[in-house]
Amino acid sequence: MGQERGIEVENLVREFRKGPRAVDGIDLRVEPGEVYGFLGPNGAGKSTTVLMLTTLLPPTSGTATVAGYDIVKEGPQVRASIGAALQEAALDPFLTGREHLHLQAALHGLSRKERRRRGQELLERVGLEEAADRRVRGYSGGMKRRLDLALALVHSPRILFLDEPTTGLDPQSRSALWAEVSRLAREDGVTVFLTTQYLEEADVLADRVGIIDRGKIVAEDTPEVLKAEIGRPSVEATPAERSERDAVVRVLSEFGEEIPAQPGAVAVRLSGGAAGLADVVRALDKENVRVANLRLDEPSLDDVFLAKTGRSLEGAGDDDEMDEAQA
Amino acid sequence: MGGFFQVAWAVAARQVYKYFTNPAFLAPALFPLFFFVAFAGGLTSVGDVPGFEYAAGYIAFQYVWALLQAVSMGGAFTGFSIAGDFENGFARRLMLAASNRYGIILGYTMASLVRATMTGTLVTVIALLTGMPISGGFDFFGLIALAVLANIAATLFGAGVAMLLRTQQAGPVIRTPIFLVLFLAPVFVPLSLLTGWIEAVARLNPFTHILQAARGFLAGDPTSVASAFTISAILILVLALWAVYGLRRAEKAG
Amino acid sequence: MTGSSFLTQVLALARRSTVRTMRQPAVIISALFFPMMFFSINASGLDAASKIPGFPTDSYLDFAFAFPLIQASLFGAITAGSDLARDIESGFFDRLSLTPMRPVSLLGGMLAGVVALGLLQGVVFLTIGLLMGVDISSGLGGMFVIVLLTVLVALGFGGIGAILAIRTGSVEAVESAFPLFFVAIFLSSINLPRDLIEQDWFRFIATINPISYLVEGIRSLVITGWDPQALALGFGFAGAIVIVAIGGAAASLRTRVA
Repeated sequence: MGQERGIEVENLVREFRKGPRAVDGIDLRVEPGEVYGFLGPNGAGKSTTVLMLTTLLPPTSGTATVAGYDIVKEGPQVRASIGAALQEAALDPFLTGREHLHLQAALHGLSRKERRRRGQELLERVGLEEAADRRVRGYSGGMKRRLDLALALVHSPRILFLDEPTTGLDPQSRSALWAEVSRLAREDGVTVFLTTQYLEEADVLADRVGIIDRGKIVAEDTPEVLKAEIGRPSVEATPAERSERDAVVRVLSEFGEEIPAQPGAVAVRLSGGAAGLADVVRALDKENVRVANLRLDEPSLDDVFLAKTGRSLEGAGDDDEMDEAQA
Repeated sequence: MGGFFQVAWAVAARQVYKYFTNPAFLAPALFPLFFFVAFAGGLTSVGDVPGFEYAAGYIAFQYVWALLQAVSMGGAFTGFSIAGDFENGFARRLMLAASNRYGIILGYTMASLVRATMTGTLVTVIALLTGMPISGGFDFFGLIALAVLANIAATLFGAGVAMLLRTQQAGPVIRTPIFLVLFLAPVFVPLSLLTGWIEAVARLNPFTHILQAARGFLAGDPTSVASAFTISAILILVLALWAVYGLRRAEKAG
Repeated sequence: MTGSSFLTQVLALARRSTVRTMRQPAVIISALFFPMMFFSINASGLDAASKIPGFPTDSYLDFAFAFPLIQASLFGAITAGSDLARDIESGFFDRLSLTPMRPVSLLGGMLAGVVALGLLQGVVFLTIGLLMGVDISSGLGGMFVIVLLTVLVALGFGGIGAILAIRTGSVEAVESAFPLFFVAIFLSSINLPRDLIEQDWFRFIATINPISYLVEGIRSLVITGWDPQALALGFGFAGAIVIVAIGGAAASLRTRVA
């Protein structure tokens, strides 16, 4: 049916009756097969954007197409092309995992035989075969998310929306989910639109990251480019003896300008990039300066956020009163 | 003994404060009022049944039941409050701080009486507005005394259950027996007109005697007075022990 | 892949509604136990009422038999309504909306569940009633009609429950409607025939309350036999409620979904 289309958003706005705009005119573009990370604090407008793109909430103004279909005028076609795992793992506690999959499959028009086959396949894919016939009420948070993902994939959508998929999960479940999302993108070529408040998640999973704050996109590019824009890595050395401090300063200053460091330590920004660390070690060794601790710090997406908005990402959501509640 | 009353006073004051800051405190009156309106409104012709002799009329007949219902439900529902206090951790702090823990029970009972006064007044006002006549010889104090005793008994029951279970699961365990006790009694007609299994059950129900005596007081025609007060006293004694038992179990659980 | 047909959707959702109800034994037992308990307490407590001059039958048990059926229908409707509200509240409705499912199918599934429960209640109560000694004047045929009318009433109440659920999207709101309905049931001829209600204001309310006619329809089958007028009024009101309520629910759905 012609070439695959991704997501195209133009000046999308969503207002609620009271309060400021939840989404204040965003433009973005996600290529087919890409993993796009939408990063921002609580209340930034991430979930509202996802609700609009999945046709669950109408935009106040602006346009968007998903898989080539207009979200307002061609809702059913959009819904047929996408899968979504939204913030609330909205499940029925009295049904089993398998029954959820069968119901979803039935509603998508799969025949009885296909439902069984597809259900089994997805249960295996997300690692829920053993728990498949237990009621969801007994599932852990991680299991519910996995079922959520399986349900989103029932009809093999080309575009997948994941709204904060790992919030509240233990590290193990989180890694497992990341592995599956990567696999879907890499092997199956699924386009993934992922929202998160976790830097690490965006950093690890996303090909490109859009940083959203108070309804507007403040930065958008690959994680590497965004971080490089902000600054270069820095190195921090703690001298073994207090008396050696001046010597450490002397050596390190060759590699870049000094910046604030932890008490007792010395830090400089590496003008030559992270590779310069090896040179620093060699130089310290050559001058016979001993250090108790040597550390390389790279700017994080939090630094990017800080630079763009003046606030730190972690904890930024608490300042905002913006209500993301649905109309 | 000073600690006992101090604790009771503190608990009661707090509970009463909670009542006045939450309008829902009158809620125990709603069900009885509803039934009162439904029965006194819809069933007055039952008073025409041969053998139905109640001097004060059918509305008054229903009013007494509604009143006792309101004070009993209010009393028992104090248990919900107590269960809530366990769930939010207040009860534990209370038990740690109280110099005399029995005072806690007294405190809740006192607060419950305050509420019963309000709900009882509400029910009475509504009954008077619907045209309930006040006949001569009406023994006000007798009626109030029984209502007070019923309230105390119900509160002790609810408190015991709540302290035993210490969660909102106490709800159904409190509600169901209270319902049964209130309904398996001469609700619609006097005991003499009941037949079949319900007559047997009603006769065994201690509440029946209290209800009959209360109705007698209202009509100025005292009946079963001695048995009603004796039964009330016994009930309160037994339920006080029950409440203490609940308290002990709560203490042990820490 | 193409979407599914309306029938497939309703069947899948009806199956789900029924399964989840069956998996809550507490709900089933309450739905069957409480109405029966109230019935037996009420019926025996008010047995003397059959001695009121002008009372249409000498068995209050027969007279009151309509009560558990109506009360049970109400209970079933509120339960189904709060299940639907829960689906909306939890986001399960949104999840289902992302499939080709037509929202009206969810309504259909929920109502199918109400009908199934209503059928179960009708049959169970009829059986228990007969064992308790209720005498159904209209015979075996009448029993079928009783169950039919009960199911229709359940459907009507179910539609009202659905409107509440869709409009409010809140389980709490739906469940707080229960007492109101309960009151409405009592402000009818459920306990006494209308002509024996002495208080004018009460009799007036009972006369304009559609529930009175539902009750009287069922009751006529028990104490009178075949009473065309009572049946016409009973089925007429039940049918009207069904049409208005389900129509209202379907319309409310349209405004809820984009």
